[in-house]
Amino acid sequence: MKALLVCEQREGKILDTSYELVAFADRLGAEKVLVLVGKDAPKVDAKVYLADVDKFGEYNPDLHKQVVLEAIQKENPDYVVFVHSSYGWDLAPRVAASLKVGQVSEIVNIVDGKFELALCNAKLRRTVSPKGARAVLTIQAGAFNAVEASGSAQVEAIDAAGSTKLQFVGYEPAEKKDVDLGRAEIIVSAGRGVGKKENVSIIAELAKAFGGELGASRPVVDAGWVAHSHQVGTTGQTVSPKLYVACGISGAIQHLAGMKKSDFIVAINKDKDAPISEAADVMVVADVLQLAPVLMEKLRAA
Amino acid sequence: MKVLVCIKQVPDMESRFKVNGSGDWYDEADLAYRMNEYDEYAVEQAVQLKEQLGDAPDVTVLSIGPDRVGDALKKALAMGCDRAVHVQDPDSCRKDPWQIADIIASFAKGKDFDVIFTGMQSQDRGSAQVGVTVAERLGHNCTTTLVGFGYADGVVTAKRELEGGVKSVVKLPLPALVTCQLGLNVPRYPTLPNIMKAKKKEFLTVPAADLLSEQPAVATEKLYPPVKTGSAVVLEGDLAQIADRLLGILKEKTTVVK
Ligand SMILES: Cc1cc2nc3c(=O)[nH]c(=O)nc-3n(C[C@H](O)[C@H](O)[C@H](O)COP(=O)(O)OP(=O)(O)OC[C@H]3O[C@@H](n4cnc5c(N)ncnc54)[C@H](O)[C@@H]3O)c2cc1C
Repeated sequence: MKALLVCEQREGKILDTSYELVAFADRLGAEKVLVLVGKDAPKVDAKVYLADVDKFGEYNPDLHKQVVLEAIQKENPDYVVFVHSSYGWDLAPRVAASLKVGQVSEIVNIVDGKFELALCNAKLRRTVSPKGARAVLTIQAGAFNAVEASGSAQVEAIDAAGSTKLQFVGYEPAEKKDVDLGRAEIIVSAGRGVGKKENVSIIAELAKAFGGELGASRPVVDAGWVAHSHQVGTTGQTVSPKLYVACGISGAIQHLAGMKKSDFIVAINKDKDAPISEAADVMVVADVLQLAPVLMEKLRAA
Repeated sequence: MKVLVCIKQVPDMESRFKVNGSGDWYDEADLAYRMNEYDEYAVEQAVQLKEQLGDAPDVTVLSIGPDRVGDALKKALAMGCDRAVHVQDPDSCRKDPWQIADIIASFAKGKDFDVIFTGMQSQDRGSAQVGVTVAERLGHNCTTTLVGFGYADGVVTAKRELEGGVKSVVKLPLPALVTCQLGLNVPRYPTLPNIMKAKKKEFLTVPAADLLSEQPAVATEKLYPPVKTGSAVVLEGDLAQIADRLLGILKEKTTVVK
């Protein structure tokens, strides 16, 4: 069995998730070949096809697709594997469509040789298997522990012909932060479960009573209830405080990815089965709007 | 300009999910359904594009599924789409993303849609494949995960969201397909007058069998609730007692609560 691993870089830096692809291939027991549009090859004892980023562009899926298809031609892999990231989910379906093969998205585990996926916000799981001899796969970022970057790649330059009408204009850096959640020892975060903007102040007060900072899940930020600098998660900040209190947060993968390294996690949620319970040390089953005032009173009295 | 928006109806994610009798999907009984969150942004962006260009553009909203998806389509009409297409498929949950994309591409083929909007993924299945696959099938320029959309002179300017708060800007000429991320805009609520107006709008139905030509590419083996590996202490019941116990635990287990 052979896996072609499609690695990722941004502005000259290979992304660490590339080493999660290697870990996944090892779990599969597959022979691995890597391909990257970039400058330098990842550090791994394997063959790496390297396409020049100056020619193929930082983000140009039409051209990157041609590079991947070229590598597939040369290697004839059983699986073509991407990370389920802004790069991978954009590129993988293009490759699958060109090959007319099935794609399995966001694999979280391998169970009896089948791929396990999460469904309905991780409230259900299912195993699937592709029907044809070849398939495109994407793996959930963080689900397969990255191997260490070490080894020396056998680098082979790769070229491909293609055309595109897409124009990459450039990057916009992350917004400036008015709060540094990365340094906070205690974070109390508000999720959509707090219900409305006015209620966020209750969670902010609770954060203060704990002596911590206010965090938030994405919908709270998207709705404009708090600034983006408070967002925890893949598209927000990654945090690792001594105490994280998730208020009315369901525990979607993208939120968990940002906070699961916290030392101690308390979830306050009306739903005992909310996926956050898997990450939590204490699962408080309650209406956070009712519990918060009681908690605050006791914290202030202490 | 001709615009297509593809939407899905999904269960409310706060529901309790049970595996169905045949073990291959969730039990659809007793679930409340709504428009897929990501698709609400897609509908809103299509309507905003129409408003930007004057009333000339013509926006078709399409959904595949059983009768109940008519509700999601009616909401999209009330938000400002011009016509709805219901691709009738009581068995849509058993179609894989490859087949769903096939149905949409077959419908769109030859209809010269200039811009197609989809959500970046569905909330239940989350494959993030359908939009991009449709674009590939139709030969449209395509980009994903939009948190910003602009249009001028035949060119879409898209702001894509990357990891860690970084964004990138991409330009793509028409015809284009874009997939929409949360926070792209603020989806409007249908007002009562617009709900009334929507009742008079064109509502077409097409059987899925007329459009589908592909076999599934991926087979579901088994569906099951997650194996609980978490070891959380669960606190329930009286609020004052919960608060006392929680603070007791925090004093014992952390160094930051005293
Ligand atoms: C590419 C991508 C990137 C993303 N990046 C991020 C990110 O960085 N950060 C992030 O957070 N999300 C991110 N998301 C979104 C993520 O998938 C979820 O949509 C989001 O995390 C859900 O937020 P939530 O838990 O607050 O809301 P919901 O999922 O709606 O959950 C609300 C919870 O509140 C509970 N609840 C309701 N009322 C009460 C009450 N009164 N008291 C107590 N509990 C209550 C409910 O039981 C439920 O569990 C991203 C998504 C994508 C696709």
